[in-house]
Amino acid sequence: MMSYPRTLVLALASASALASTAALAEDPQKGGTAVIHMISEQRILNPALRASTGVYNISGKIVEPLIDKSYDGYVPVLATEWSSSDDGLHITLKLREGVNWHDGKPFTCDDVAFTAIEMWKKLLNYSSALQANLESVDCPDPHTAVFNYSKPMPIDLFLAAMPDLGHPMPKHLYEGTDILKNEHNTAPVGTGPFKFVEYERGQYVMAEKNEDYWRKGYPYLDRIVWRFIKDKSAAAAALEAGEVHESGFIGVSMADIERLSKDDRFDVGTKGYENNVAHSTVEFNHRNPILADLKVRQAIYHGLDIDYAIKTIMRGFAKPGRGPVPTAGGANYTDDVKTYPYDPELAKKMLDEAGYPVKDDGFRFHLRHRPAPWGEYTQLWAEYFRQAMAEINIDVELLTNDAPGFLNGVYRDHDFDTANGWHQFRSDPAVSTMVWLRSGQPEGTPWTNQFGWKDEVMDKMIDDAASELDPEKRAEMYHEIQRREMEELPVIFAIEHPFISVTSKKLHNHHNTPRWNSSSWYDLWLEQ
Amino acid sequence: MKLPIPPILIYALRRLLQAVPVIILIMVGTFLLLKLAPGDTVDALVGDMGGADAAFIERLRVEYGLDQPVWVQLWRYMAKLATFDFGWSFVYEQPVSTVLMDRLGTTLLLMATSLSIAFTVGIALGAIAARRVYSATDNLISTLGLVFYATPSFFLSLMMIYLFSVKLGWLPVGGIQTIAAFYKGWDHVVDVALHLIMPTAALSLIYLSFYLRLMRASVLEVGDLDYVRTARAKGAGEMRLMIHHIMRNALLPVVTLLGLQFSTVLGGSVVVETIFTLPGLGQLAYQSVVQRDMNTLMGIIFLCSIIVVVVNFLTDLLYARLDSRIELA
Repeated sequence: MMSYPRTLVLALASASALASTAALAEDPQKGGTAVIHMISEQRILNPALRASTGVYNISGKIVEPLIDKSYDGYVPVLATEWSSSDDGLHITLKLREGVNWHDGKPFTCDDVAFTAIEMWKKLLNYSSALQANLESVDCPDPHTAVFNYSKPMPIDLFLAAMPDLGHPMPKHLYEGTDILKNEHNTAPVGTGPFKFVEYERGQYVMAEKNEDYWRKGYPYLDRIVWRFIKDKSAAAAALEAGEVHESGFIGVSMADIERLSKDDRFDVGTKGYENNVAHSTVEFNHRNPILADLKVRQAIYHGLDIDYAIKTIMRGFAKPGRGPVPTAGGANYTDDVKTYPYDPELAKKMLDEAGYPVKDDGFRFHLRHRPAPWGEYTQLWAEYFRQAMAEINIDVELLTNDAPGFLNGVYRDHDFDTANGWHQFRSDPAVSTMVWLRSGQPEGTPWTNQFGWKDEVMDKMIDDAASELDPEKRAEMYHEIQRREMEELPVIFAIEHPFISVTSKKLHNHHNTPRWNSSSWYDLWLEQ
Repeated sequence: MKLPIPPILIYALRRLLQAVPVIILIMVGTFLLLKLAPGDTVDALVGDMGGADAAFIERLRVEYGLDQPVWVQLWRYMAKLATFDFGWSFVYEQPVSTVLMDRLGTTLLLMATSLSIAFTVGIALGAIAARRVYSATDNLISTLGLVFYATPSFFLSLMMIYLFSVKLGWLPVGGIQTIAAFYKGWDHVVDVALHLIMPTAALSLIYLSFYLRLMRASVLEVGDLDYVRTARAKGAGEMRLMIHHIMRNALLPVVTLLGLQFSTVLGGSVVVETIFTLPGLGQLAYQSVVQRDMNTLMGIIFLCSIIVVVVNFLTDLLYARLDSRIELA
């Protein structure tokens, strides 16, 4: 049974619904500076070189993607129409006319072709795998781009990837330079509603209104400032003092999120993160013979009270996981899978049967666990894991480490028994969670199957699904993958959680798309 | 004919020559020590990005020169450092010298104001407490000193933010200036000063308690010495006694502490800088460790070691000035 406070979630949902109705009734005000909290500093601001929500959060306002995603589906941005050939080898995009880069040069197909080949295919993380079969991009006229693939590219997959992995950059500023060292990587030039102004390291990034924006009459805001505040308590204070208007991606502590959710100056919730859903996981090192035993992994799942964890750690802002595709996966998601309800007695029985009785020291066996240092709730989830395992007589030792220590310990040196972290789902299983299940990942690559788990059936299912062109068949194939994953449990996708934002009610039209923090904010306005 | 060189110059020159091997040793040692930490800046970068493929990671390592053996990396770094080239920060995508200079001002401003407030107020309060030892004044001052001493700076900072920014709305929560206000001239100075009030207070209260307690103990000790009694017998007034006879001698241990603390200036304000989001060196050092930004970190350590050497030298000079029995040799 779900035991987390639905009332809280409902109350929040209705509160934000009321707020947005009120906003509709008012006329948008022009002007003002929106100040946004960022918990960590970004190294570069070029979304065609770094696929990361932290980068989009800033650069998404300056550089636009070809296609964005709204609650009603894909929306044209720099591309106005898209179609695929029957064999799936060619994808044709019509590009928007009359769009200029911030330096006044026109946006054309040459920019798209250049970025696709030089950045998306060669340099952009996640995208280089997605575009591995991209052969060339043709420009029959300045406003038509044809993507030619050597193997079929499902248009669904292409579209799902475009909002994050489809930002064209200006060819005239990059051609003939060392792309990685180009000065515009930290001072981006785009076509978006806001123009880059300055980046003061350690302090802030500032962008101002683009007067020449192609959506006439937009944007409303004069300026956006992203402030880097590392300390979560100080960030909460800045929100309360009115110095900051929004903090996304769980940028303040869970306790402050709960407190501010009761404060009527703020909208607190998970709306606007439907496309940025992550799983809190338990990862196993299958090289350890104890954990290679399926029965042990199943017993561990039975030993975890997921609802309790959702209630106490995630304060109710989450759902139990159902394998590698979250509910945000849309048609590719199914909840028709094997589940492992909390039952410590059953867990103990299964461990006994698997041949791991309680020994003299009171434990069945010992595990060395690496918690990922990705914020407070990941740490709490590790502590809960330790506690829950103690109840079924498994001793868990937590090895605290920082980011490089964790990534090397788990993914390169395999120096762990169990680990936990979170992994973000990126719109389509083919470009995200499948790398956790597919064997044969290059040695040492973070966030991939480095768990020593190899299942030929699963490998084949993943490869088949990736090149299936029929959306319905494709969805069914992903349902099968989910079912098999929940049977075999190479990884426990324990909790599905969107991120949480705290937003001042002075901001209007906020969190109105499923990837709002990454979107362009052209319609965002500030009450003054 | 030989030019008479003042002894102080010879002394300074000798100290300078002694400092060179010390600094080289520090740099080589830290470099190797940092290499012992698991992972490098590419791991941290990939961690920030939420993942990347193997080819991408390998390409970055080659780009940053991290594919070379440690000895080669060390040799390359030291060779560059010899020409005062601090290298490139892959985190900030700027030369390390630019990154450091951007931050140095803020840290020096914060530390100089905090330490001078702490030092002057601390010795004054310590001296007063010692003169009225075991009175109500002394008890009050000593208790305050203990409270400041025992309060962690992060707690003090957050409580101040809560009171003065969230509740009263008098002072800004953090940062060094109001962003997007575009203040010029005196408005800008006032703006920065307002932003520095709370961090300076948080930092100086803790240092203040050190000086206060040390000064009180020191004055009490010196106050009992024979020459103070002699001076009093000769009819010196209490004020003269305090300033000329007691304080000057009591200051020696306090100056030692000041010298020691000044050496930690660059690293000492990590907590306060982080909470108040001041773009200073402490915060930079912390971030550099987390992100394994070797070049920036080594740059900070180089700067720190130079400051330590210089401050030690100045402290020794000050000793000689305060107590003429100490000779520079």
